[in-house]
Amino acid sequence: MAKQITLKMTVNGTDCVVTVHPFARLLDVLREELRLTGTKEGCGEGECGACTVLMNGRVVNSCLVPVVQAQGAVVVTVEGLAQGERLSSVQDAFLTYNGAQCGFCTPGMLISATDLLNRCPNPTEGEIREGLAGNLCRCTGYAKIVDALRAVAADGGAAR
Amino acid sequence: MRGYLADCDIQAPASLAEALAVLAGEPGVWTPMAGGTDLMVVYNTGRLRATRFLDLSRLAELQGIREEATSLSFGALTTYTDLRDCRSVHQHFPNLVKSARVTGALAIQNRGTLGGNIANASPAADTPPSLLAYGAELELISPRGLRRVAYDRFHQGYKRMDLAADELVARIIVPKPTGRGFHYFRKVGTRQAQAIAKVCLAAYARIEGGAVAELRIGLGSVAPVPVRALNAEAIIIGKSLTALPTEAATEALLGDISPIDDIRATAHYRSVVTRNLLAQMLSELADA
Repeated sequence: MAKQITLKMTVNGTDCVVTVHPFARLLDVLREELRLTGTKEGCGEGECGACTVLMNGRVVNSCLVPVVQAQGAVVVTVEGLAQGERLSSVQDAFLTYNGAQCGFCTPGMLISATDLLNRCPNPTEGEIREGLAGNLCRCTGYAKIVDALRAVAADGGAAR
Repeated sequence: MRGYLADCDIQAPASLAEALAVLAGEPGVWTPMAGGTDLMVVYNTGRLRATRFLDLSRLAELQGIREEATSLSFGALTTYTDLRDCRSVHQHFPNLVKSARVTGALAIQNRGTLGGNIANASPAADTPPSLLAYGAELELISPRGLRRVAYDRFHQGYKRMDLAADELVARIIVPKPTGRGFHYFRKVGTRQAQAIAKVCLAAYARIEGGAVAELRIGLGSVAPVPVRALNAEAIIIGKSLTALPTEAATEALLGDISPIDDIRATAHYRSVVTRNLLAQMLSELADA
């Protein structure tokens, strides 16, 4: 049994300190230690993207990150997108365009969509599809999600 | 069912020297881990035998793309995203950019590494065919020192490599093509993203005086290891672009591959499609 480590991360702008097993998955630490249950486990194989979070500004599959690798990291989960009651422009557009059906893929979709629009404020259809390619929606509601992102881009991007 | 967390341990050495000392101190005990995009998948399905891991992800010595006069030197921790973002890689090694672009999707590309893609030794990995086509060399490091091996001799059998228990892949050195070059890369998978290759073919040719002066073809998913198509290459090298021996080369290619039936494709499919890719490559080469 490995010695537990003191893990420090900045999650959604707040400094967190937790004592955890170093090989615990970032996904489980977020959900079980920090009670941020917005991030979902879908496949557990890095295929579906339901567990997508931003780690040091890049999208990662949190089910594939042993948490020792997130020591000192800046992490953003779906809970970090809204500012208080105010939804981000991407969240707003998902609501307006019915970008969620069952909702299980939605946290990962929102994170990937936010990342895409941060990197590429005016994406082409191809860039939108590539940006979301690691997020599977088994309700197959892709068209509405793409519509939502197109609308955000037309409206000046995600920076809100 | 996931692996059992309590059985596992992971160490994060502060330096490459420390990492090498751990590996050498208990040979075969510690499994190096970089981006975790292969190992963690197997762990999550409960099929990973290893329980002790050595986290290499922060070792500065294994990071960075260095441009030298005649080559690019990639630290083993170079990610697919690093490959996609590097101007010199686009300029000299377009096939490597294409390999990186079709590996998983962005979340995998941000974490997965070139060194991991090599040392995980999957015959279906997407960067090895391009590395073979460009004549890459590996720099291996251990407490005994550095040594270089040609990448096309590194894989010795399914998941068997010319890599001792105390060695790590430190850098990947790829010579810059000179003269008039032709680059071809195509991966055939079920989807554009998040697909594992059924067949992958990468090629680099140098053209001189209207003929093929130099050619290397790397293949993925058609043998127990990523392989060069040496038989097909031999038939094509020296030929004029106006008279490329497509039929003879696709016939010779059968001597280079040993595909199997698995969940992704049948051996027959792989053999037909590999030959089709070679024919397509040659038809593009004829127009180059």
